[in-house]
Amino acid sequence: MNGIFDIATLWAFIIAFAVFVYVVMDGFDLGIGLLFPLFPGKTDRDVIMNSVAPVWDGNETWLVLGGGGMMAAFPLAYAVLMPALYTPMIAMLIGLIFRGVAFEFRWRTLSKRNRWDVAFAGGSLLATLAQGIALGAILQGVHVEGRHYAGGWWDWLTPFSILTGVALVVGYGLLGATWLVLKTEGTLRDKAYRLSWLLLFAMLVAIGAVSIATPFLHVGYAHRWFTWPNLILTAPVPIAVAGVTALLLRSLANKQDRQPFFLALALFALSYAGLGISMWPYIVPQSITIWQAASPENSQIFMLFGVAVLVPLILGYTGWAYWVFRGKVRPESGYH
Amino acid sequence: MFEGWDAVVLARAQFAFTMSFHIVFPAFSIGLASYLAVLEGLWLWTGREVFINLFNYWLKIFAIAFGMGVVSGIVMSYQFGTNWSEFSDKTGPVIGPLMAYEVLTAFFLEAGFLGVMLFGLERVGHKLHFLATLMVATGTLISAFWILSANSWMQTPAGYAINADGQFVAADWLKVIFNPSFPYRLVHMVLAAYLTTALVVGAVGAFHLLRDQHLAGPRVMFSMAMWMATLVAPIQILAGDQHGLNTLEHQPAKVMAMEGHYQSHPDGAPLVLFGLPDQAAAKVRYAIEIPKLSSLILKHSLDAPLAGLDTVPRENWPPVPITFWSFRIMVGLGFLIMGLGLLSLWARWRGTLYELRPLHLFAMAMGPAGFIAVLAGWITTETGRQPFTVYGLLRTVESASPLAAPAVASSLIGFVIVYFAVFSAGVIYILRLMAVPPHHGELGPRGDIPARAAGITPAAAVITEGSAG
Repeated sequence: MNGIFDIATLWAFIIAFAVFVYVVMDGFDLGIGLLFPLFPGKTDRDVIMNSVAPVWDGNETWLVLGGGGMMAAFPLAYAVLMPALYTPMIAMLIGLIFRGVAFEFRWRTLSKRNRWDVAFAGGSLLATLAQGIALGAILQGVHVEGRHYAGGWWDWLTPFSILTGVALVVGYGLLGATWLVLKTEGTLRDKAYRLSWLLLFAMLVAIGAVSIATPFLHVGYAHRWFTWPNLILTAPVPIAVAGVTALLLRSLANKQDRQPFFLALALFALSYAGLGISMWPYIVPQSITIWQAASPENSQIFMLFGVAVLVPLILGYTGWAYWVFRGKVRPESGYH
Repeated sequence: MFEGWDAVVLARAQFAFTMSFHIVFPAFSIGLASYLAVLEGLWLWTGREVFINLFNYWLKIFAIAFGMGVVSGIVMSYQFGTNWSEFSDKTGPVIGPLMAYEVLTAFFLEAGFLGVMLFGLERVGHKLHFLATLMVATGTLISAFWILSANSWMQTPAGYAINADGQFVAADWLKVIFNPSFPYRLVHMVLAAYLTTALVVGAVGAFHLLRDQHLAGPRVMFSMAMWMATLVAPIQILAGDQHGLNTLEHQPAKVMAMEGHYQSHPDGAPLVLFGLPDQAAAKVRYAIEIPKLSSLILKHSLDAPLAGLDTVPRENWPPVPITFWSFRIMVGLGFLIMGLGLLSLWARWRGTLYELRPLHLFAMAMGPAGFIAVLAGWITTETGRQPFTVYGLLRTVESASPLAAPAVASSLIGFVIVYFAVFSAGVIYILRLMAVPPHHGELGPRGDIPARAAGITPAAAVITEGSAG
């Protein structure tokens, strides 16, 4: 409303940043949960679990920042979207409970067949599917009347939202597999390479399918992507995806350690940018813009001070924690 | 199924259920994080091995409790949107930033340093590890600061205006944060968390002393916990009294419900010790009363007049029976905790702190008392705020999401099943750890698990550090 770069716009970028950091960080740690059933050996599982045990809690905190920040900066969007996404949100929370407690519980149970390993894998799958479905449900739009959600509690369920759910499972799986390439050795790492190949191809199919389906959801999306002069902005996205994919294939072929994980993150960043291009400037697609949903300026400014000072600090000490636990995880002696 | 149910009642049941489960974990981890910082500090200062053994012993329990607190907390942060979307839309501009600051200043701090605290002792060295423990402990206290500020604002809203969309907006952030009931609630809750933890630590110490009076670890933890009960319980009772007077000033209807005062008493109100409040008939049946004592406590004068709920419109009454009884449970436990502290002081003076079996049995029985008192206290203050979410300004029925009852009922059933399955397992694992006394060369999380004899915390390193440090 008041020009291109007002405080609401800034906050839209801050929330988008928080959600992206969440997707990046919890993505690989949900991803290793998805891959858990493929690694039945106890030693492998111990190593996989310990590769994220010191950092998972911090990763998940970005989800709380995304939710809490949205309630603070865009309360109307939070109030409309949460009831609209009721079922997937509850499913996600339940999934996160099961996988979150498994980090400590699995070392404490006395039973031979560790049911917390099942809880870890199942919870990760449920949470990932729910997040992907929620994304699809937001993209396809929700029924809004006045300041309220006016649809039912199963409106989110469409072929498109199922597609985005499956796509996210594939994507987090790729992040998890490349994370294991980075953090493990020996046969475990060899298996992670093979899975990375498989999941990369699946991810390309998923990106293609979602990209093809999105413009059919709403004429606004097609217009955004395929008209001149928008093409100047949108065309580089698929080109960059192709480029990153080529680099990722090469790094996998050369059995490199670090590149696959960071290139997989780049693939996520590009897909995320694509989503942003589709949605802008709506926060509830096609019904509520970021300006309509924005908190009063004094709320947004009050929080801006905190974000400006604290987020760099948070990134600093989070980076330190990752650095402390850097390197390969080994079964016999933990970190080295 | 559930079509005839009231979605708002179900949403309230869900909030009460998930909140009651959640509050238990932070109440414990706020106190335990500080206790761990004290233990590690004493170890670094004195070099006595018993302190690092106790530190590692309680660290394993902390790891489990903290994880349960995190996952049940994420549920809370999203429940405002899923079940209370109208509340979120209207109060988001005021309460949202307080919660965002909680995430930025507290949750990240705890989570960022937790990994190092749990698994990093030999990777970062003693001093940095102690810093990590201090950061986690500080984080739990900062978290209490913001969430209690947000809750207190709902109890005693201040510094706000209302905009054209019907939303609360901040007119003065300092008045929003430091609203009238906040300082009292913060002190009362932090002390409650410390007492809760002390009672758990004391009960575990007592349990092991009953079997062997000479165990070093249990002797130290029992003594520390009893000092806490002795010194803090009387302060807590004083803080609670001050909190009550503050409530009388800002939320009189809540105090009327706590006291069971349906009627006004122009010449001094009695203290109703026990009775059965009858909301429909607006009186307390079978009341056992002490004349004029309520006026003495609340107004410091025997004959001071006290208004009753008859001065409040009926549609604004909180449910008296719950508020009345939960308040009595909290106060009764508070005095029992003080009694435990005094008994331990007497035993200490007589030199029988580690031998007096009745004291140990009493301390064991009081192990869960802190949790029950915390729950009873929260039920008192939250039920006493009804029928409002923002006291006097926004009604609970106007705060709920526009959801059909079956949606809320299904999620409620889901949470009940999952919480009982998951959290009862967690409690069993914690009790199992508590059943074994801390011993020489105690190891931290992972280090103690036989299948991974040299886990993230290599056994040898900690033992050498423990005896050498």
